[in-house]
Amino acid sequence: MHDASVAPPHTHYLNANYGVKSWLLTTDHKRIALLYLASLTLFFFLGGAFAVLIRLELLTPQGDMVQSETYNKLFTMHGIIMIFFFLVPSIPAVLGNFLVPIMLGARDLAFPRLNLLSWYVYTIGGLFTLVAIVSGGVDTGWTFYTPYSSTYANSHVILTALGIFITGFSSILTGLNFLVTTHTMRAPGMTWSRLPLFMWAHYATSLIMVLGTPVLAITIVLVALERAFRIGIFDPTLGGDPVLFQHLFWFYSHPAVYIMILPGMGVISEVIACFARKRIFGYDFVAFSSVAIAVLGFFVWGHHMFVSSQSPYAGLVFSFLSFLVAIPSAVKVFNWTATLYRGSIAYNAPMIYAMGFIGLFTIGGLTGLFLATLAVDIHVHDTYFIVAHFHYIMVGGMVMAYLGGLHFWWPKITGRMYPENLARLAAIIIFIGFNLTFFPQFLLGYLGMPRRYHFYPEEFQVLNVMSSAGASILGVGYLIPMIYFLWSMRYGAPAPANPWQATGLEWNTSSPPPTANFHTPPVVTEEAYAYGPQEVHVD
Amino acid sequence: MAHRRCTLTEHSSALAHHFDSLEQQYASANLGMWLFLLTEIMFFGGLFAGYTVYRTFYPDAFIAGSHHLDITLGGINTVVLLASSLTMALAVHAAQSGQRQQLVNFLLLTIVCGLLFLGIKAVEYSHKFADHLVPGKHFVFEGPLAGQVQLFFSFYFGMTGMHAVHMVIGIGLLGILTLQAWRGQLSPTYAAPVEMLGLYWHFVDIVWIFLFPLLYLLGRH
Repeated sequence: MHDASVAPPHTHYLNANYGVKSWLLTTDHKRIALLYLASLTLFFFLGGAFAVLIRLELLTPQGDMVQSETYNKLFTMHGIIMIFFFLVPSIPAVLGNFLVPIMLGARDLAFPRLNLLSWYVYTIGGLFTLVAIVSGGVDTGWTFYTPYSSTYANSHVILTALGIFITGFSSILTGLNFLVTTHTMRAPGMTWSRLPLFMWAHYATSLIMVLGTPVLAITIVLVALERAFRIGIFDPTLGGDPVLFQHLFWFYSHPAVYIMILPGMGVISEVIACFARKRIFGYDFVAFSSVAIAVLGFFVWGHHMFVSSQSPYAGLVFSFLSFLVAIPSAVKVFNWTATLYRGSIAYNAPMIYAMGFIGLFTIGGLTGLFLATLAVDIHVHDTYFIVAHFHYIMVGGMVMAYLGGLHFWWPKITGRMYPENLARLAAIIIFIGFNLTFFPQFLLGYLGMPRRYHFYPEEFQVLNVMSSAGASILGVGYLIPMIYFLWSMRYGAPAPANPWQATGLEWNTSSPPPTANFHTPPVVTEEAYAYGPQEVHVD
Repeated sequence: MAHRRCTLTEHSSALAHHFDSLEQQYASANLGMWLFLLTEIMFFGGLFAGYTVYRTFYPDAFIAGSHHLDITLGGINTVVLLASSLTMALAVHAAQSGQRQQLVNFLLLTIVCGLLFLGIKAVEYSHKFADHLVPGKHFVFEGPLAGQVQLFFSFYFGMTGMHAVHMVIGIGLLGILTLQAWRGQLSPTYAAPVEMLGLYWHFVDIVWIFLFPLLYLLGRH
């Protein structure tokens, strides 16, 4: 196994040992990534099932399928599952777990046992939430606004809150592990300016996870205490202030939006450079824009509270700071576009997802500027405009990047190729389905349809039917990769070590990698993305 | 951490498989612990932020509530906790210089101080129960400030309670470490567990150093 020359039936992390125990007690970051992949997929389809019910209800204006209380639970559980149990962990826990040590040239993350613990913590938190769902669900919205959540709601708030509290620690542990690993475990020659941009994105994400998540934890504890013991912190009758909850909640949950997009941006940088066969344009700017987004992200939470009795001066400042976030985001979009310019572009499935990401993220980001504008926000807040906006970022951005990244690294992870043409088709179906689902919602919101109601005036029906039709296309689009990924694990063509002729340490080891990641410890001698016209393709 | 001269060749069982050297392993543990303490600061930060907001809203009620805290017991507890920090620091020193018996003794002393602190805290809590000053259904306070004084006690119990939970965890970890030290599993080249727990213990002490004046002393005289 330490031999440089690999004998044909080579030992790798998947066949090093077998059995349930070898998976459930593994400290190998690659296996933990697969454990995460399995559990995240379950939650993704569960969250998706709630979305299906929501879109079915909204086919007709009458609100005839479920009652309003049930509808409240549906969108709450859709939000909670998708945000806390899919989007926040998605790319970091699966692709990040698999790739961070390999990209750095390390044998594992700095704290392998903590890494396994983070998966167990995630799973236990998930079980709490599942129990809450099965026993009747929760109806506060994923934001748990007080005093409704702390005093008036009659659903399983404490159980769900506990689930989110516990799961938060998996996020903290992952972030902490990534930060320490990046600082202490880089291979010889892997300087900070040679780090792949995927690493910079994960570094910035980890900073947010470590700094933000504990605030969410204490906020949730306070809500649970308030609910259980009536301690008064969010109860106006005792002098408590419900708006304080919003401040504490958004102090985490706005930066958390960047937890849910930065890793995606890291994936896109890798994919764009590889399939345009070009060095990324403006490496330093793309790298530091990730850190800039993470830092600025902590100073904009008040833009969620423009209509929550916040002082207009605070509103002005938060509005201005929110505009600032557009700068590093735009830096990324422009630099990706500049990377594409005169590149020799190949439209493999990961690249189609990356192209989709750039377009959809741009729309999502620009409509974010509308919402950061005080006067416009008064008009469109709590309408479908905001729903469309954040779905363009979360689904059009992060989920596209997640799928693109899964396709890009699937040969490395499993040692098998996925069926390329089918994957291209699925990517296009997802792109079309996504736009048909969510673009009408911009119009609905602008016309004044509020979010979180299960009935609506008849004039909105056409757009709602379009949205529901798009959702069914999107659903089919998500099922196709699920099926062929499973198929390819057994029947896919064996993957070479570097099927895309990509740069990066992960492509310098066999597919799948050995348990220790490399056959010989790597030494880095060049910058990331050394693609160039003079490159010679070798297999 | 300044003087540690282990090399790759020194193949110690203390070196985990994925590290190249004990230096790298130590640097990782150290950075990891500091980052963890950073998350703790943010965690307690939420409580401190809430405290600051309500103290600014209701200064009179917070002073009135503060007068119902036992400054003597709180003061004694502060001394006890500072003493435990001293014994913890001495334990770290003993671990680094390889004095096994002293290490065990100092760790045990730290545990005793920690338990003493929790005991005194329990006495204080029981007085609050007896005086109906625990927020919730049974809270009784005469006067127009009742609701806001209850808010003060919510913060009192929330903050000191969260602090006490950290003490309990620390004492548990100290127990495990004492056992390891007693069995001779720690050495000057592998003193990191003692050092890391030392950082944690000092952090928990520092939280109290902020809690004591904020809750007991401020505005009292």
